[in-house]
Amino acid sequence: MQEASIAVKDLACRRGDRILFRGLTLRLNQGEALQIAGSNGIGKSSLLRIVAGLAPAFSGSVEVCGSIGLIDERPALDPMQPLGKALAFWQRIDGAADNELARLGLSGLLDVPVRYLSTGQKKRAALARLIGQKARVWLLDEPLNGLDVHAVELTERLVAEHCAEGGIALVASHQPFDLPGMGRLALAEHAA
Amino acid sequence: MIGRIGALLKRDLARLMLGGRGGGAVLPVLFFLSVAMLYPFAVGPDAPLLARTGGGVIWVAALLAAILPLDRLVEPDIDMGLFDQWALRGISEELVIAVRVLAHWLSFGPPLMLAALPASALLGLNGNTLRIVETGLLAGTPGLAALGVTVAALTAGLRGGAALSGLLVIPMAVPILIFGAGSLGMGGESGLALTGAASLVLLAIAPFAGGAAVRAARG
Repeated sequence: MQEASIAVKDLACRRGDRILFRGLTLRLNQGEALQIAGSNGIGKSSLLRIVAGLAPAFSGSVEVCGSIGLIDERPALDPMQPLGKALAFWQRIDGAADNELARLGLSGLLDVPVRYLSTGQKKRAALARLIGQKARVWLLDEPLNGLDVHAVELTERLVAEHCAEGGIALVASHQPFDLPGMGRLALAEHAA
Repeated sequence: MIGRIGALLKRDLARLMLGGRGGGAVLPVLFFLSVAMLYPFAVGPDAPLLARTGGGVIWVAALLAAILPLDRLVEPDIDMGLFDQWALRGISEELVIAVRVLAHWLSFGPPLMLAALPASALLGLNGNTLRIVETGLLAGTPGLAALGVTVAALTAGLRGGAALSGLLVIPMAVPILIFGAGSLGMGGESGLALTGAASLVLLAIAPFAGGAAVRAARG
């Protein structure tokens, strides 16, 4: 099994001319999950984007070992395409894998264009894309937004299974995320 | 890797050729044909005049038709987070842009070359002129495609990006237009060669300039 780890050292994040947080150090090893909590605008999404390598760190270092999968507010699925075709595109990119469509309750929606899906359905579709990617490191930005109670439980269970298989999950959410053994980091302690 | 390039090209072609709301490849062709159709109405049915100027009209119409799809070339994919997802999978912006140049060219270059046949009939061009126009379009449209994708990437996320990209493409397409339309006059072969050369330069620059622009837009 491929190694997976995240090591963040003394990280500071700047957005515009404001420092959002500084002096952030964290380490996640195989099978660990961490929730980043904090109020709106405190830098949760920015932290995930820096860990993903999509945004530059203002100072400090980030080292990620293992392939990265990201869910943010954009499902990255063609809105004009039916869900099945939009997911099939990512299957061809990632190599064919099981998207667990039945479990996510998407089997009946494959003919529906993505633009007609509800917020929660799009979120579940993004989860299906993430599962198909087989990434070792999951970065989830507000994964519970727009999900009903049943889908929230399902998401928590999927993250638990991912970690049980040796994966890592970094979850940014202001909602409670119920996962046994999950660490919790209050970003407010590092606010500049 | 080849499979991924194939998947990207297939998606780009489906979006640009069939293109849902954007009208796909049909819209530039209809625009091009309507210019060729309106021109004789505007200047009158003077056959020698039409035959003399028709080649240039086809070139101007082709350039303007190439500008039509610019606003949906790059920006929607940035907005949807697709470039971020590709970056996470190690698919570079340069590769995506290079594939998109190919798809963009396929979606307007060959259709315009086909549409140039009825257009030349409307303008009364002779066989030799038509041959030079078609060869010139073959040499010049890849450059227009590269230029279009580069400018679309540069203006993605800017306010008024769609109008701005049209304004930016036109001056930069002038070399292709001068050499392409110029090849219809005396010493046509050298004009064709220079059109091809301008295209190759633009094709070589496009993936790197476009890729850098997409990364800069990410911020």
